[in-house]
Amino acid sequence: MATSLEINGRTVQVEAAPDTPLLWVLRDEAGLTGSKYGCGVGQCGACTVLADGAPVRSCSLPVSALAGVKITTIEGLGGTHPVQEAWVKLDVPQCGYCQSGQIMSAVALLAGNANPSDADIDAAMDGNICRCGAYQRIRAAIREAAAQSRA
Amino acid sequence: MNAHVDTDAARTGATRRELVVGTALVSGALLVGCSPADLLAAGAKTEVGAFGPFIRIAADGAVTVFNKHIEFGQGTHAGLAAIVAEELDADWSRVSVEQAPANAKLYANTLMGVQGTGGSTAIPNSWMQLRKAGAAARAMFTGAAAAAWKVPEAEITVKDGVVSHAASGKSAGFGELLQGASTITPPAEPKLKSHADFTLIGTDRVRRKDSRAKSTGEARYTQDVKMEGLLTAVVAHAPRFGAKVSGFDDAEARKVSGVVDVIQIPTGVAVVARSTWAALQGRNALKVTWDESKAEPLGSAEIEAKYAGWAAGKGALPEKLKWETFETRGDASGGEGEVFEATYDFPFLAHATMEPMNCVAQVGGKGGVKLTVASQSPTLDQMNTARIAMTLPGSVQIENLFAGGSFGRRANFQSDFVAECVHIAKKVGKGTPVKLVWTREDDMAAGYFRPLTHHRLRVRLDKDGFPAAWTHRVVTQSLMKGSPMAPKGIDSSTVEGAMGSPYFKATPAVDGQVLMPELGVPVLWWRSVGATHTAFVMEHTIDQLARKAGKDPVAYRLALFEKAGASRHIAVLKLAAEKSGWDKPAPAGVTRGVAVHESFGSVVAQVAEVRIVDGVPKVGRVVSAIDCGTAISPDQIAAQVEGGTCYGLSATLHDEMIIKAGAVERRNFDAYPVLRNSEAPTVETYILPSTNPPSGVGEPGTPVIGPAVANAVLAATGKATFRLPMIRA
Repeated sequence: MATSLEINGRTVQVEAAPDTPLLWVLRDEAGLTGSKYGCGVGQCGACTVLADGAPVRSCSLPVSALAGVKITTIEGLGGTHPVQEAWVKLDVPQCGYCQSGQIMSAVALLAGNANPSDADIDAAMDGNICRCGAYQRIRAAIREAAAQSRA
Repeated sequence: MNAHVDTDAARTGATRRELVVGTALVSGALLVGCSPADLLAAGAKTEVGAFGPFIRIAADGAVTVFNKHIEFGQGTHAGLAAIVAEELDADWSRVSVEQAPANAKLYANTLMGVQGTGGSTAIPNSWMQLRKAGAAARAMFTGAAAAAWKVPEAEITVKDGVVSHAASGKSAGFGELLQGASTITPPAEPKLKSHADFTLIGTDRVRRKDSRAKSTGEARYTQDVKMEGLLTAVVAHAPRFGAKVSGFDDAEARKVSGVVDVIQIPTGVAVVARSTWAALQGRNALKVTWDESKAEPLGSAEIEAKYAGWAAGKGALPEKLKWETFETRGDASGGEGEVFEATYDFPFLAHATMEPMNCVAQVGGKGGVKLTVASQSPTLDQMNTARIAMTLPGSVQIENLFAGGSFGRRANFQSDFVAECVHIAKKVGKGTPVKLVWTREDDMAAGYFRPLTHHRLRVRLDKDGFPAAWTHRVVTQSLMKGSPMAPKGIDSSTVEGAMGSPYFKATPAVDGQVLMPELGVPVLWWRSVGATHTAFVMEHTIDQLARKAGKDPVAYRLALFEKAGASRHIAVLKLAAEKSGWDKPAPAGVTRGVAVHESFGSVVAQVAEVRIVDGVPKVGRVVSAIDCGTAISPDQIAAQVEGGTCYGLSATLHDEMIIKAGAVERRNFDAYPVLRNSEAPTVETYILPSTNPPSGVGEPGTPVIGPAVANAVLAATGKATFRLPMIRA
């Protein structure tokens, strides 16, 4: 059935059953493959997108729940968002597969907290697994992006 | 970040030594069962330009380096390109990297004989090959300039992609000289730079080339492949290792909108659909019955108990299974003195890459057989694909993509997930692209685990508290048995790290034996392979012996390393001890643990600072020192030590695969906890200056953190750790 979604500032018509998780609609229907499949049960964070600015796990969110909700994916950040710039500056990614999700969680954190403490970062980022273990650089890049945004 | 090249000249005395490759992943011997001509002939069609198979230079002077290895996070794409750029004197900002196609003739790993990545060899095997390629291309430009400008070639210099002749004031970019250079015959043995002349290698300018693509969602992984007419397949797999399909009812599955076919393949029943969600829904509706008569009957608990019994000499060994010696010296039995005894147990471990295994295959079309996949061993994948698709291995094209992690998982002798995809694509036929998607549960349940392993030790001590006789038993599955490259003697990957240990060298009598039982649980190399357990056993035992002897753990190790002549171990241990402030008191509530281990030709020492919080270790600062020979990219070496430490710490604290009656119990991250951000330490990495050839970096950072943390816990609580993980879910 046709569903209307607002993704990255555009209204997108997709053909999907109502119980289809947003992740598969983004990837298979909308052609936005930046958000990744990692676990399908909201445990790893690789599929994280923003729903009205809040971080959500798109693998566990049926499209039927998203009428009128503004979805932002990694592609919607524009490529030069301060968080993305910090990621590039510190060479955060290794395999890179989890990084779209990490970045979306970091963007949501900084949007609500311009100067997060280490505990704030831990709390915001613990839902995002990185098996390459880039955690230390993720934390440093969040602090870097926060500093750049305040400057 | 946090990469420091230690400039203290006094420490550069580490002895030069031959590169030791811990586990050769595959070797030329693998070509048995496939004639070299079949493998190479068709693949030789790869177009090679004037500058050889690794370098392309565009009309505007931009340089492209072809990466024969997979890029799965380890950053070799940049390291390899930097080696070329250094000898070519290219403008690093105008160097980009492309994945090389599958072609064993052009792109074999020089330490393996076939194309593949493993054993932390990507940089070491390419070092001389790419230096020569870069230097030869440079000579072609200087030759072309000398001819064009009619000046002596010896007076020509090259810097940042600009060729100059100072006396005449002439200069030109690579682009301007391209045509002339292309006609010059490259020298067979071009002159290479000396280390002192390096301007790029070893500097912080060598940074990743893929960070932006990986920070914008643009980087292309197998999961992201889009093609005209692409179908997605998921497979209903056996519930237990060794079970087979006995029948299935696909009536309901075929009713799911978007499902186009249901196909039986050797590993299960595949549902093929127009989208991932439709395929998953189709699989949910599928009814499969399984023949479990040949399924693995044991679970991990029974296996662990069996291994412990065998190591203790209890219970009869199965027929044909016997202890094999991996290290022996003197008579380790009898004798007088205090005796230390311990057993250590390590569970099965999943690699748990962030991107579950997947593959895109096309079979039966006009374009021949093609894989679009993150291929860790293109040659193995070509051979296994060819057997199924009934073609010659060399004709199988592979477009190699970024991998969302591997840690060893993507290279196995069966090409398990690739082969599964090829079976489906063959049935679908007509060259239709089929993307096989494994869910996390499929990935976790497929096995290929780090083998469950048991160690039993008896160490008799001399009057000074040093080992006088060391008896060591290891029980673990072989990684090589039954493979085309099964060794005639023992499988060294099961005991590497214990075998050849400097502690054994320093001990007058050693009796090391390994027992390698066969099980229905598929096992595989897991980042740092044998060292995942041997480093823990050796380093945690040594700390317990040091404490027994009333000696400082660093001083105790140094004494043994002196006896063994392990100069590189001494150098990194001293560096880590100094940088960590080992001789100064730790902050309140913190204890320190130290460990040193050599793997893949590199030696790493770490000092971990640990706080016990609610009964569990919380690791804060980790100071690392690494001797990895010539450092190409200090920042990426630091990244690998940081990441390797997290991977090892995850296994130390959490990772444990539970199997019950041959069925994998833990199939997703809710049941299989792994290290998360709040538990990750802050790692400082100090690189020992060296002009030795580069040795491994991707794996050696992994095995050291476990014993360092266990030793810190020992210091805090007096309790040793005899089983991993420390925190059992």
